[in-house]
Amino acid sequence: MASLFATTREFSGIAIVDLSGRISLGDGSALLRKTVRDLLEEGKTRIVLNLGDVNYIDSSGIGELVSGFTAVRNRGGELKLLNLTKKVNDLLQLTKLFTVFEVYNEESTAVGSFK
Amino acid sequence: MAPETKHLEVTLDTHVESVNLAEEMCVRVAEAAGFNEDECYRIGMSVREGVINAFHYGNQEKPEKKIHLAIELTDERMVIHVMDEGKGFRLNDVPDPLAEENLLSTSGRGIFLMKAFMDEFDVVPGRTGGAEIVMAKRLPLLGSPSSNGNGNASNSGAAPQQGA
Repeated sequence: MASLFATTREFSGIAIVDLSGRISLGDGSALLRKTVRDLLEEGKTRIVLNLGDVNYIDSSGIGELVSGFTAVRNRGGELKLLNLTKKVNDLLQLTKLFTVFEVYNEESTAVGSFK
Repeated sequence: MAPETKHLEVTLDTHVESVNLAEEMCVRVAEAAGFNEDECYRIGMSVREGVINAFHYGNQEKPEKKIHLAIELTDERMVIHVMDEGKGFRLNDVPDPLAEENLLSTSGRGIFLMKAFMDEFDVVPGRTGGAEIVMAKRLPLLGSPSSNGNGNASNSGAAPQQGA
């Protein structure tokens, strides 16, 4: 069974990826990588990852978030995070990645934050 | 009565699935030892990171190499050993993932997470020739809200070998 599910929708030219499950070594990290790469290949460089249903993330998943962030930024875009669960929130605090990512609790605010 | 140590040892293939298997196994032992949900999560994550380290850095994903996982449960602590068959490494050589220049690194956070989540953590030369990660968590106090009083999860004395 897949450990992560991803569904992409678009709102005002911004790609919102709803993720659910685990972003961890193996299928989860690979799916996140493919999802972001596919969006970039389609020319979509304004991306919000909705992590509201992501209940687990390991160091591999964290690395994949950072990799996605960097890949999008290198294309002149922005990747932002939405709806962190407590565990993911705590991990981003612990690893100081809160200073790297823009994180939002409301989708409308996240969408409105793009220039 | 002399304190009893329960011991469980398994040998895992160098495969992604071994990471999940090791995590599940240790979480079950931790649950049975009386750790609460948050502590089980931290123990599970630490084991996961230890086995990822052995899988990726130690054994360099070579399928002919093995990962050795051992769990000891005493009256006071749960001790976990993860051994690989790589070249070993020194803890002092591991870059700090919180350093400004490493924040955007896509790897290198596993050791940091294990240190953060466990009470004790060290890396020593392993008997299998590679690195041995040794990490421990103090058991919850008996009678505390997080304790269920059941520490009977592991195979006492036995050392079964299990491939993943």
